[in-house]
Amino acid sequence: MTLLGWAQIALTLALAALAAVPLGHYAAAIAEGRVRWLRPLEALLYRAGGIDPTAGQGWRGYVLAMLAVNLAGFLLLYALLRLQGALPLNPRGLPGLSPWLAFNTAVSFVTNTNWQAYSGEAAMSYLTQMAGLTVQNFLSAATGIALALAFCRALAAGGVARLGNFWADLTRVTLYLLLPLALLLGLALVACGVPQTLADYAEARTLEGGTQLIALGPAAFQVAIKQLGTNGGGFFGVNSAHPLENPNALSNLLQCWAILVIPFALCVTFGRLVGDARQGRALLAVMLGFVLAGTAAIYAAEAAGNPLHLAAGLDPAPGNMEGKEVRFGTALSALWAAATTGASSGSVNAMHDSFTPLGGMVPLFLIQLGEVLPGGVGSGLYGMLVFALLAVFIAGLMVGRTPEYLGKKVQAREIKLAMLAVLVLPAAILGLTAVSLVLPSATASLANAGPHGLSEMLYAYSSAAGNNGSAFGGLTADTPWFNTTLGLAMLLGRYAYLVPVMAIAGSLAAKPRAPEGAGTLPTHGPLFAGLLAGVILILGGLQFLPSLALGPLAEHFSLLAGKTF
Amino acid sequence: MDTHMPAPMPASATAARRDPSAPALLDGPLLRRAALDALRKLNPAQLLRNPVIFATEVVSILVTLLALRAALSGGAWGFSAGIALWLWATVLFATFAEAVAEGRGRARAESLRRGRGETRARLLLRAGDRSLWQPRAATELRVGDLVLVEAGELIPSDGEVVEGIASVNEAAITGESAPVIRESGGDRSAVTGGTTVVSDWLVVRITAAQGGTFLDRMIGLVEGASRQKTPNEVALDILLAGMTIVFLIAVVTLVGLASWNGAPPAVPVLAALLITLIPTTIGGLLSAIGIAGMDRLLRFNVLATSGRAVEAAGDVDVLLLDKTGTITLGNRQAAAFIPAPGVAGEDLARAALLASLADETPEGRSILAFARERHGLEVPALPPGAVAVPFTAQTRLSGLDTAEGRYRKGAVEALLKATGTTAPPEVAQAVERIGRQGGTPLAVARDGRLLGLVALQDIVKPGMRDRFAALRRMGIRTVMVTGDNRLTAAAIATEAGVDDFIAEATPEDKLRYIRAAQGEGRLVAMAGDGTNDAPALAQADVGMAMQTGTQAAREAGNMVDLDSDPTKLIEVVEIGKQLLITRGALTTFSIANDVAKYFAILPAIFVAQYPELQALNLMRLESPESAILSAVIFNALIIVALVPLALRGVRYRPAGAAALLRRNLLVYGLGGLVAPFLGIKAIDLILSLLGLA
Repeated sequence: MTLLGWAQIALTLALAALAAVPLGHYAAAIAEGRVRWLRPLEALLYRAGGIDPTAGQGWRGYVLAMLAVNLAGFLLLYALLRLQGALPLNPRGLPGLSPWLAFNTAVSFVTNTNWQAYSGEAAMSYLTQMAGLTVQNFLSAATGIALALAFCRALAAGGVARLGNFWADLTRVTLYLLLPLALLLGLALVACGVPQTLADYAEARTLEGGTQLIALGPAAFQVAIKQLGTNGGGFFGVNSAHPLENPNALSNLLQCWAILVIPFALCVTFGRLVGDARQGRALLAVMLGFVLAGTAAIYAAEAAGNPLHLAAGLDPAPGNMEGKEVRFGTALSALWAAATTGASSGSVNAMHDSFTPLGGMVPLFLIQLGEVLPGGVGSGLYGMLVFALLAVFIAGLMVGRTPEYLGKKVQAREIKLAMLAVLVLPAAILGLTAVSLVLPSATASLANAGPHGLSEMLYAYSSAAGNNGSAFGGLTADTPWFNTTLGLAMLLGRYAYLVPVMAIAGSLAAKPRAPEGAGTLPTHGPLFAGLLAGVILILGGLQFLPSLALGPLAEHFSLLAGKTF
Repeated sequence: MDTHMPAPMPASATAARRDPSAPALLDGPLLRRAALDALRKLNPAQLLRNPVIFATEVVSILVTLLALRAALSGGAWGFSAGIALWLWATVLFATFAEAVAEGRGRARAESLRRGRGETRARLLLRAGDRSLWQPRAATELRVGDLVLVEAGELIPSDGEVVEGIASVNEAAITGESAPVIRESGGDRSAVTGGTTVVSDWLVVRITAAQGGTFLDRMIGLVEGASRQKTPNEVALDILLAGMTIVFLIAVVTLVGLASWNGAPPAVPVLAALLITLIPTTIGGLLSAIGIAGMDRLLRFNVLATSGRAVEAAGDVDVLLLDKTGTITLGNRQAAAFIPAPGVAGEDLARAALLASLADETPEGRSILAFARERHGLEVPALPPGAVAVPFTAQTRLSGLDTAEGRYRKGAVEALLKATGTTAPPEVAQAVERIGRQGGTPLAVARDGRLLGLVALQDIVKPGMRDRFAALRRMGIRTVMVTGDNRLTAAAIATEAGVDDFIAEATPEDKLRYIRAAQGEGRLVAMAGDGTNDAPALAQADVGMAMQTGTQAAREAGNMVDLDSDPTKLIEVVEIGKQLLITRGALTTFSIANDVAKYFAILPAIFVAQYPELQALNLMRLESPESAILSAVIFNALIIVALVPLALRGVRYRPAGAAALLRRNLLVYGLGGLVAPFLGIKAIDLILSLLGLA
């Protein structure tokens, strides 16, 4: 590890945390309907949709509207993927996708996962990229943010039945937050050299005299929203490790910043909406702490290098550079890996499969912890709030009162729903991994034997269920089995999680908000932040320890003993 | 509002009020019976109430069968049998904890029940005619029956006095041997089954059938027979059941995960992992904690109608306390003589003394005492020929006519009206000042001439100020309720250090105040005894009725204080908090334990597959077998080790939530992380020393 490496990490995190404050206030203003600079356009959209933006919805209405939008999005995208061969803006003449892959991809983009069992430049037409994938990048991100805003309102208000209007939230978040930010970032990326063109792929003549086809396309703006919306689906197959998707240090800084900024900002928004900035800061501190700790762990592991290589006499200075871009090095690869898995982005600028066992375990564990550190846009915040409710419930009793969070009593109904949500990840991840590992047809897709093979399988299902979408690699995922089960894991991770969570929001909204006093558990400050971190580790992480022991830990200690598989 | 108040009790008597006959935490016969009960509770149908322990029992059965099969087929069965043994111990220790808690409650309940035996009652055949009755077993009485109870007889069941006045010894339930007066009408008409009429007679209308009396219900609750889970317990059970399922998933899927590149671990090993990970500690102690909380309250001579009420007590934000008898001693006492201009202090003192000579009220007595102490006056015998002038509602004056003169004392206005004079400005100022300070001025006159004032003060009980300060630290607002005017109320409120007061309070005012506080999301507790308190008692989240109060009040509240001491509301709140803290502390401890158990079991499980994972064996445990066994043994023994804490409750000191959280998180959170590392290592050492593993 170097000082310069740490300075790069610190700069990126500081910029994200600093930008989160004004952006969070702005998002709160959007949530309260105070941002209206595109009012005529907004009104036009409502009129076209026959929507009354002031009509509040209960949690069921809100969730049903959300499901309707997502279902429509899924069907449209599925159709587009299947039919792209017959549609325009397809300079390479790429054919439609197989039903399995189309299902998997459509689910993946609608659920904000962006798991890619395909390689963009070889499978997707420009029309699909723009009208299909990019549209879902916006919509799935706006969906998550809208749900989080509704959850915040449920906590902020006392004794109300309505959480807001999903249609209005979706429209405003897209119009006022995501579109302008993506435009700005897209322009900046174009300036950095990311292509934004409808022209055909370029043909280049190499020094040896051969020809090389260089994939191009309308990449910059899609890359902008894939980073900002924690979608993560790369325009090109190797995502932000691709020299045209992420050409230089500046584009890397911007993109890494973009992963974190909205999830961080939503904590500030939360504090603003519930009328107590300290509440948001406590959540932000926990998120930031985990990202920092994760980065440090990966950085340490990668900078130390592979012991077998070192023993063979390789130069230890660059660390483990396998699967990393020389222009980013270990520090920025480590930061990106922690950020992309802490947030449920899934974009990568290095190949996690090639990390050292411990360096690869950290991203895996960050996903398994529930994608709340800081998690996807919106989904990270409401996931974090579920953990906050559990933390309050477990330790809150120790102050001698029925646990309450922000003056709302946490009772059997909330706990039941929270536990339902908490069950989703272990059931989907461990269940599907265990089944796949005993199915010969599934294990045939694994590139590696031994514990690393287990890690590859575990990572795939963790990534899908956590709606992360990053691939560890080493797994041939475009098979009917993986397309289907990973799709199932994505659906469970998104909807089986958020429906109980929104039911909690409905239940909390209806409760009166008791005033804070000396006898109420303070849910801000370092003590609570530490408690919350502990609860995330224990309730979110302990169940995955055996699987980690059999995967990365076994590989790590075997490696130390000089054993390979 | 009610004027009747029970005899005051100094606040410092708290400790003395605790039942000295409380059984030692764990005494011999109690333990023997609990051990038997623990076995009885192994019935799976009964254990279904407790998901964690139920899961443990199912796994115990499974491992036992596997050990048996191995033994029968000549395989290695010792290790499986060892695990099965300790898994059973885990279940047994859990049921034992509950049985001990119930046993302690039962001991108390039996002492309550004692003496009720086969009571014979005299059933009146005609209302209003005491001569016509027939004997009837108490068990056969129905609600609405009228019974006659005479001196020396037991009151057969709960009821309401409809006729007569008698002194009743309620020691059977209150432990207080001094008899209390019970009479028809008013606020002292309720009688409790099992108490004894000491003098005179009563006609009682039965209000509860046998088995359904107040006492019966309480006994049922304490024994655990009719105990419902409280809302917080239900929520906690859901959390624990959820965690059990999560770990079940983790352990079952391990079969598939470990099959990749090796063979899956043996079932007994996986069973050991599962049971050590699921929260058996808190699962095993949860109901014991609840029962012990009820029991602590009972030991404190407060009966709660449900565990829910005890829990709610911990949540209280606002405490409504009556001024008289709760915050103040209740009887006003002379605190100063203030002579009118031109009158010697001595003169006033003498006149006040003579005016009070025939006054038997506590106020009158206090004037005599004050005159003697402060002015060295002898209290003379009633002078011959003196005529006492009694207090009447019309004159609002009392006094003494002697040969020397006519002495009068009374309310200032009344006296001025009677003498037809106006008060000099100095006196008027003094009247206002006394009122402001919470006192009551009495005017004294001789032969129609105003001599001065006697200031009567309501004395705040010693120590109340500190207790209110402690409550404030806990985040609880105290509100004084009084019939006094605003000025007086404000003065006493300041002196006592309460946060707010309701002056000139009517029962409707109380109800309104409670509703308003609840509207802001606050939980309110109050104590009351009169029929007109009943609506407020019912509205309050915690309503503590006095045993001496009316049946209506007792039915409306959700607690009854057998000592009839409203200050105990403060301790009730503390007991409620202690209950919740104990539950939270053991939950945190139990969950934090899991970390160490992983480090014991995981390397042991996978050692065959990946010997390198021994690096995770941080405790350097002897062998895989002893590591697994040590973790299981620790997991079982920790339940027993924590039984005393569960029964006694975590020590509670009034403090703010932040301070409490910091302290408890340190002790039970951090302690929960560290303790099993030490415990498992110690057990492993013992096992290897004994050569068992």
